[in-house]
Formats: sequence, C-alpha cells, structure tokens
Amino acid sequence: MKKSYKIEVDCANCANKMEEAANRTAGVKQAVVNFMTLKMNVEFEEGQDPKAVMQEVLKNCKKVEDDCEIYF
Amino acid sequence: MNKKQKKMLIRILLAAALLVGFNYLPVTGIPRLLLYLVPYLVIGYDILLKAFKGIRNRQPFDENLLMAIATLGALVIAVMDEGDYTEAIAVMLFYQVGEWFQSYAVGKSRRNISELMDIRPDYANVEREGQLVRVDPDEVEVGSVIVVQPGEKVPIDGVILEGSSTLNTSALTGESLPRDAAPGDEIISGCINMSGVLKIRTTREFGESTVSTILDLVENASSRKSRSEAFITKFARVYTPAVVVSAAALAVLPPLVRMLGMHLPADWDVWIYRALTFLVISCPCALVISIPLSFFAGIGGASKEGILVKGSNYLEALSRTKYVVFDKTGTLTQGVFEVNAVHHNQMEAKKLLEYAALAESASSHPISKSLQRAYGKKIDRSRVTDIQEISGNGIIARVDGISVAAGNGKLMARLGIEYRDCHHAGTIIHMAVDGAYAGHIVISDRVKPHAAEAVRNLKASGVEQTVMLTGDRKKAAEQVAESLGIDQVYSELLPAGKVEKVEELLDRKPGSANLAFVGDGINDAPVLSRADIGIAMGAMGSDAAIEAADVVLMDDDPMKISKAIRISRKCLRIVYENIWFAIGVKLVCLILGALGLANMWIAIFADVGVMILAVLNAVRALFVKKL
Repeated sequence: MKKSYKIEVDCANCANKMEEAANRTAGVKQAVVNFMTLKMNVEFEEGQDPKAVMQEVLKNCKKVEDDCEIYF
Repeated sequence: MNKKQKKMLIRILLAAALLVGFNYLPVTGIPRLLLYLVPYLVIGYDILLKAFKGIRNRQPFDENLLMAIATLGALVIAVMDEGDYTEAIAVMLFYQVGEWFQSYAVGKSRRNISELMDIRPDYANVEREGQLVRVDPDEVEVGSVIVVQPGEKVPIDGVILEGSSTLNTSALTGESLPRDAAPGDEIISGCINMSGVLKIRTTREFGESTVSTILDLVENASSRKSRSEAFITKFARVYTPAVVVSAAALAVLPPLVRMLGMHLPADWDVWIYRALTFLVISCPCALVISIPLSFFAGIGGASKEGILVKGSNYLEALSRTKYVVFDKTGTLTQGVFEVNAVHHNQMEAKKLLEYAALAESASSHPISKSLQRAYGKKIDRSRVTDIQEISGNGIIARVDGISVAAGNGKLMARLGIEYRDCHHAGTIIHMAVDGAYAGHIVISDRVKPHAAEAVRNLKASGVEQTVMLTGDRKKAAEQVAESLGIDQVYSELLPAGKVEKVEELLDRKPGSANLAFVGDGINDAPVLSRADIGIAMGAMGSDAAIEAADVVLMDDDPMKISKAIRISRKCLRIVYENIWFAIGVKLVCLILGALGLANMWIAIFADVGVMILAVLNAVRALFVKKL
C-alpha cells in the first residue's frame, strides 16, 4: 500500500535525513521525501497498519530532525 | 511569509539592534560578556538546542553543531582576549539571515512553481432539478452530465452532448491557439472553456481524468532523484564529518607541532580561530538546497510549455541525448492517412475501394480508417465474413462471398498472385479479388509542417544522429527521410522489429550518450520503455502513452522535442554551475582559512552568500520560454 503525506520541514538536508529515518522504520518498504512539494510518499509492507507505522516514522524523524512535522 | 519566518525575522532584527546598541555601552569584564550573551541567545538559542539534541540522538554532525561550536568557540576566544564579542554574534546572526532567506526563497519558488502547474479544477457543475449545483469533482460518477460555463475549467474527461465553444488548452499543452469543440467531440479535463456553455457526459472518474493524471505525475516528478542529487546527498553525508575532523586537526596539530617540534609559542587562539572559520565555511546548505530546487524549477518550467518530465533523473538523462529515434507515423507525419490514388484497377475505382474498406472494416489501424473514410458510405459489416489478419502483411476476408485480399506485396507473394509495384511514395495496398490481381490503392501520410525544422533544431541543440523507424516501404521511407534531413532510416519494420532496431542502436552507441525514442504512444509502449528516454507525443488524453513514456509532450508539435532537450540542458548547466561554484568557493575559502588569510566575515560569505547566489541561480531554471 502506498500513501502520501504532507510534511513540514525547513531545509533540504533535513528532508534527506527524514527520508533515511523513515526508511529505517519497521513496516516501511520504501519512503521518498520530496522537499520541493513537501510530501512524503510511503510504501508500506504487507499487512501493516499505516497509522501505527507512521507514528513510529514520526518518532524516528523527530530524532534526526527535531523541527519537522508529518500530517497523518 | 509564514509564522515561523515572521518570528525569525523579529529575532534577527532584535538581535541586530541589541548588537549595535551595546557597542556604545562602556561596560567591561564579566558584565560585558553577560550583556552580549543576550543577543547571542536571542538569535542562536534554537541552534544550540538543536545541536544538543543532535548529540543526544547520536546524529551530531550537522550544520547546527558546526554553528554552535564555531560561535561558542569565538565567544571563548573573545573572553580570553577581553573584548570583541561582536564577531561571534554576527556569525550567528548572518547564518540565521541566510537560513531565513533560504526558507523564504524556497517557499516563494515552491509557490510560484505550484501555481504554474495549478490546473486542478475545484468543482464541477451538475444539474439537479433544473438548478446548477457545484459539487466536488470527486463525487461525479461516470456517465453523469456536467455543465461547463464560459471561463471555467473542464473538470472531468467526457464527450460533448450540447453546445459548441472554443477551448483554451494552453495550461495542458503550452499551445496558445484555441481549439474548437462541437457536440460529439471528446473533451479533456484541464482545458478552459472560452465562449459557449457546454454540456458534457463524463466518461471517466475525476481521479482518472487527464488533469488528475498529469498533476499526479508532475507532483511526484521530483521524487525520482537524479544522479546529481544522489551525489550531493552522499557528498553531504561524508563531507560534514570530514570537515569537523579536519577542523579539530587544524585546532590541535599545528600548535602541538609548533610547541614540540619547532620550539615556538603554540598560538592556541590563532589556530582555534582558524578551525572555527573552517567550520563556518563548511556548511553544505548551498549544495543541498540548490540542486533539487534547480530540478524542480526545470520540471515546472517544462510543464508550463506542455512538456511533462516524469522525474529529475529523466531530465538529467534527456540532457545527454545524442541519438533521437523517431517512429515515423504520428511524430514526423500527422498519422492521418489519405487515399491518394487507385492504379491498375480492372474494376471501377469506387468498387475497389468498397471491397478494401469492407475487408478492413474490423481493423482500427489508421490505414484501414483511411480506406473506410475514402469509401465514404456506411459499412455494412454483415457483408464481411472469415476475416483473417496476417500481421505485417494485410487482411484476407470474404466480402459478399467473394474472397478479397488487401495488403502489401508480401501478402500478394504469399498468395501467389502477381502484382505490379508502384513508383509513388506512400503506403501501397495491393488488392486481389477472387484470386486475381485487381490493382492497388496509394495511401499517403502528410508530413507535419514543422517536422523538417524540428529535425534541424535537434541537430542545432547537439543531437548527433537522427533515426527514423517505419513500417513503410523503403522507397517511400527514404523519400520522407531525405526531405526532413533524417540521417538514418530503417524501413519495412514490423512492430517487434522496432524494438530490435532500438536495442541494436542502444548496443552500438557509447555509454555516455543517451538514446531517445519518440513515438505517438500508439502500439509503441515496449519501445518507449526500452529506450534510455521514451518520449510520447500528442499524448493528451492517452493514458497508455503517459504511463509508458518518461517524457510526455502534450501536443504533437515535433519542435517540442528539441525544446525539451534544451530545457534539460539549461537545467543541468545550472546544476553543474551550482555544484562547481559552491564547492569551488568553499574549497578556496577553506584553504584561505587554514592559512589564516580568511576571517569570520569571509567565512560567512562562503556559507550564506554562496547559498543565496546558488538559490537565485537555481530559480533561473524556471525561465524556459525563449529556449
């Protein structure tokens, strides 16, 4: 399953860090952060609950870039 | 400006005012330090906080840490030298000014580019009980009737039921000439209705309509990262730790060598100051922000011209195009076939056309269509039986019980029927009726008005070789190619043969040059995906083409191919300018810093100044009108 989320982040490098963090999260097959459109496209692994996974993704993103937000 | 930016602007102004004001206060010693800490914390508290959090989360190496170390270090040196705190605070201040500017500029160009691509219709008008009601286009079901008034965007694809009007398709195609629309015509969402009221029966859901497909594609385009972007991401990952380590070495090693090796005074403060300058210079922001911004602007500018590029990687690939392979029909020619002549016919030309049209009545091939058009009357399919299509040869069928064969020379040879070749250019349909040769029909395709100029333009924009693939006979193909100035022709190809030829060309070309295949999106999806870059032309409304191609030209003007290449070249030129400029200036400043020739002020220029220039340069990629 693929979903697209609106994000808020200030710099391109931070966006790259968020992408890395999201990709490291369990349940995420692939995540792509697009800084220019401020969107995060996440492909979830089979049978994962997107809500729960996104909680973790946000937690991991906050760790690498304190000043970020994901709207889900 | 958003809330964050406003808050930051206030902090910047406040800190600057305090800094200037404190200059005039006659305070010394510890009180002076405490006083100056106020503007320092006003401007830099978030940076210190982020640096601290970075260390706590074991992700320490980022620009926040660099700035925190550099400014705190400068403060400590100032305390020891008793005096000038201005520099440390100014470094932080200018860093924040740079960040603020970056966020403002990026936000602004993000908005500009999005507006440029804003073709999303907000509502659809549906008639309910004699009243027009505005509804969310998502809620309109397939087959409902919507009303589009003059000045409104067509929200959903459909067929016109009532009303005629002119349509402005410029948002989709970049073409400013309006298009006429009349009942029965298919209409594509995203066009703007200019004159009359139109009633449209929708043929698709909003989510599958042209406008949604295109928006989806453009919005996700910059997610497919180019090699330059990947390089920068990797570079930044290695670069920041490397600079921090070398700064540490610069602070510690030279004094130790001086002290122990050369018995000179260590000059700790000089070397620490140099190390701090090093840190300020090193911030990779200019690169990290300007490269994706350039691609984003380039893709945005291109889409304004009716050229949809599906990703930064394709824009990059497009810029290295050296070979352009055309599928003749629909790209260089209009793909509209016309019957020009009937030769060597025994029976009346009209009767022969009737046989041909009936035999081909089941096919949707453009050639068959042209035969049916030339026949001009309604086709009674019940007269045709036993239709047998022989791929690449033609059709055999029974019309009114008489066997009819319509096809090329190969078909005649296969049936053992002697046929007479034709010296006219075009597609020749040989006819055999009741087992005997009955003459042939000459059908030709018109060359597009700009085709020759388009090929010349391609050459002028650095394409080395142009190749044409076609199923036409050799003579006809060569004649067209020559008139257009195409270098190489492969004729008499079956659809599968086109893939083979493209693969052959791919094998032969050098690795650094890219091969672009241009097709009209009909029947050539395999070739589109096989080439380095697949360009689909005239794809407005064709999902298959939009799906298979990497670059989609919304209208069918061949001039757009060279324009797309030029846009990509400009964008990539800007990307490389920024890479070289930013890395170059930083390296020079780093060397100057290490030698002690650069002070904090130069360091700030190397960081913030370079970033601002790079961002401004990146925005240039948006302007593609005159290319």
